[in-house]
Formats: sequence, C-alpha cells, structure tokens
Amino acid sequence: MVEFFQVLSSQSFLQTALTAGLLASLACGVIGTYVVAKRISFISGGIAHAVLGGMGLAYFWNLNPLHGALAAALCAALIIGVISLRAEQHEDTIIGALWAIGMAAGILFISRTPGYKVDLMSYLFGNIIMVTREDVYLIAGLDVVILVLVLLFYKQFLAVCFDEEFARLQGVPVDFIYILLLGLIAVTVVILIQVVGIILVIALLTLPAAIAQQYARNLAQMMILATVLGAVFVISGLAVSYGPDLPAGATIIIISGTFYILSMIFKALHVRVSSRLNHVNLKSNHNNNAADL
Amino acid sequence: MNEVVEIENVSFRYEDHFVLENVFLTVNEGDFLGVIGPNGSGKTTMLKIILGLLHPSSGQIRVFGRSPRHARHLLSYVPQNAQIDRLFPVSVQDVVLMGRLGASKAVGRYRSSDVKVAHKALAEVDLDDLSDHRLGTLSGGQRQRVLIARALASQPRLLLLDEPTSSVDSRVELGFYELLKKLNETVTILLVSHDLGFVSTYVNRVACVNRRLVVHRITEITGGEIKGDLYDEPMHRIEHVCRI
Repeated sequence: MVEFFQVLSSQSFLQTALTAGLLASLACGVIGTYVVAKRISFISGGIAHAVLGGMGLAYFWNLNPLHGALAAALCAALIIGVISLRAEQHEDTIIGALWAIGMAAGILFISRTPGYKVDLMSYLFGNIIMVTREDVYLIAGLDVVILVLVLLFYKQFLAVCFDEEFARLQGVPVDFIYILLLGLIAVTVVILIQVVGIILVIALLTLPAAIAQQYARNLAQMMILATVLGAVFVISGLAVSYGPDLPAGATIIIISGTFYILSMIFKALHVRVSSRLNHVNLKSNHNNNAADL
Repeated sequence: MNEVVEIENVSFRYEDHFVLENVFLTVNEGDFLGVIGPNGSGKTTMLKIILGLLHPSSGQIRVFGRSPRHARHLLSYVPQNAQIDRLFPVSVQDVVLMGRLGASKAVGRYRSSDVKVAHKALAEVDLDDLSDHRLGTLSGGQRQRVLIARALASQPRLLLLDEPTSSVDSRVELGFYELLKKLNETVTILLVSHDLGFVSTYVNRVACVNRRLVVHRITEITGGEIKGDLYDEPMHRIEHVCRI
C-alpha cells in the first residue's frame, strides 16, 4: 500500500488511473443514490450487462469499444425504460432476458473478431490501470453531463423516485424523467466499467450509496457521502492491490462490501444501544418524578 | 351550489370484468364525502378516474366542469401511507415541496415563495418544527400529516384521500379527522375508506361502493334505517347494512 503512494508521483499511468477512479466516484455517488433510493439495482444490472453486446460489436467493427458500450447502454436504458413503464407483468423476466442476450451477443462478436483476441476478462472485471488519458477526458465529460442534468432536474428526479403517481398528478413528465434517469444510469455504468468491469459495476454503483443511505438525511447529503465513500474505496483498492499485483476492480469491491457489512453491524448495534439508553433515561425520569412526589 | 365532480353513468372494466358499473355521483363544493367499500369494491379505481390516472370504459366524468386531466391543478391527492418507502432519505420539507412541483418553475430550485407555501402547509398540520427531519424518523400519524401537508401545498380546491388512517391507531385517527374537519371549511374533501369507523361523525354524505354505487345522506345512516343494500357484512361501528 505504501509502495503505491511512493511510485504514484513518478508513474503517470497510476496518476491517470487515480484520476479516472476519482471522477468515476462522482458519477457513482450521484447516480448510485438514485439507484438505491428508487430500488432499481436489477434494472441497472440489466443495462450494465447488455453493454457487453455493444462493446463486442464495436470491437468486431474495429471501433472504440467504449463508444460501443455507451451506445449499447443508452439503447438498453431506453428499451428497459419503455418496458418497465408499459408492461407491468414479466418486467423482471424481460430485463433478465436482455441481460443475458446482451452478454451472449458480446461474447459471440468477440469470438468472431479476427486477429488479436482481446482480453475478455478486462471487459468483465475492468482494468483501471489500462485507462488512457482520452478515457479520462471522456469520463470527465460524462460527469459534467450527469451533474448538469441532476442539478437542472433535481426536484423532478426526487419526486419521480419518491412517488411517481403524485409526481404525475403534479404535471411532471414522469415517463420522460424516468427514462432520462435510466439514461444517466447507463452513462454511469459505462464510466464505472472502466474501473471495475461489467460484472462488478452494480456493486460499485450501490454499495457506497447504500452505506450513505443509513446516515444521510436527504438525497443531496446521500450523494455527497456516497461520492466520498466511493473515492475512498477506489483509492484504497488501487493502493492495496498495487503491491501484491491483485486485480484492482475486485479489491475495490471487497473493500466496499466489507465496509457495507461493517456499517450495517454498526448501525444495528447503535440502534440497540440507543434504545437501551432511552429505556434507562425513561426509567430514571420516572424515578425522578416519583421522587418529586 | 357548484358541482366539483360529476360522474355520469361511468363503468370501468378490465377485459370482461366490471370493476365499476353504471356509477352516478355528484360532489358539491364544500362536501365532505366518505366513499366506503370493502377491498376490491372499486373505490380506489373511482378515485383514480377522478384524478385522471385511469379512464372510464364508458360514461362521462367532469371535474370542475373539465376533463380530469385538465383539472389536475385544482385537486390534490393523499395516497395510502403504506405506499411510501420509509427508508427513502428525504426531509419532511422536501416531501411537502413536491406539492409545489406543478406551480414552480420547470428547472432548477424551488422559488422562495414555494418554500413559504410549503411551510404554511406544514404549520396547518402542526409539523412546522419537524421540517428538517428525515421522513422515516416520524411516527405513522406524523407521516400521514406530512402527506396531507404535501397535498395542501398545491392549494387544491378538492382534496382526495385514499385510506388515510389505515396504519394509525384510533387516538391518532380521531385527531386526524378533526384536522380534516377544519380543512373542510375551505376545501371539498373526498375520503376513501374500507369501513365507516369514525368517518361517519365527520362526513356529510356517504357513498357506498361495491361495483355499483349508492349515496346516503349521513342523517339516513345514523338514523339506523337504510334503504338499498350493498354489502353482505355489517359495517364497522355503525350499523349500516347495504346490499347489492
């Protein structure tokens, strides 16, 4: 871990990786908050896994896989959005099917691509060390898009996540806002795939936000806390994995998951202790009152 | 007297199954109407038709003389408490501000005038001091009053409530009806409930729904003798037997 910080100043690829990680934490904290609060991690998982189809196709046509990922993620968000707004039944089945078809198509495209075989593992599990300077610019640009839209439509996103029906009665274009939200999730997924890969993306999207939810009083607080937590997990994951040459993505997720579980235990103990304290206080108040009499 | 809601021969069906059949109902300005019926009787469907969230299969509905969609800014809605996610991280004030969405600007933050209206609505339900608290930390009765404040924040002329007291104890329920009685001085109220309970003391008319609909003046019900029969089981607390 110390080794990582020693070589950080001299190794530009580590600086690039760290920058990408920090920029990704921002998208992860802001959009992860919506995913957790609205409980749509399964929908987000569907979008994430369908992305492999787009990446594979872009790879097959010799285009930048990241652009393919972005196009596929946005298409998947639109399809899943329309399905979940229209069909009330079988929504989970349809999303599950899209999830699997996307992955299968991606694997077929990659296997049919002539020449050098891309390392499939780096799509599935991410490779933050391989992130290029151009990727960082793309991530920064997508971060800006996310932040601007969230700032503009903060109250509509909140209303649609909290109570769709009431938002509709207030004249909010609920379908549009919902599909826009899924589009932002798609963009975030593409950013996070650089860091932890397709398979682990949902964990990074939801774990920091889920921890933050236990302590935040409102969505904005939850976003800030989730962003800070995401940054801490990404940096510490990078640092821990660097020395023994562990996969960075998996290390980041293990750290996030451990903190999530510890936070749940802490919260449960805290609730028990404070309810016991309240009980004691009530008792002593009762005794004081009795003494007054 | 001005008609707030006019339902004329409305039916609603899913494929072959009738949820509502040939329903007639008029709600006048200043009414406090209780809509009573067992689970699955179609009362929530009727509420959603008035709100314009569902469209009748046949028949006419006018709300303030317009189609329900175009009357939305004149009415507001209090959903069942159970529909609200307790874990959702949102402050009381942010929930009430949602009642200003229709009136506020399309992008960016709420106007300061919207915040003022929201606080006034919170004061009306006696929760102004809790406006910064997280919704999930409030009691069931307090959360219900937050939802009322949210509905009041849109300054409606008709307030619709769906089973508002289903998850609170009877002491809270009584206080709640006292609040509605006070609000009824300025707002027309339509309240859906699965039993008469305390409702009978506060409403001026009762509509019994069970696919079809029969309206009683409240004096008919407390008088003990009802014509029309709508239900198989006697109603809670008040001996009101309706059979269709």
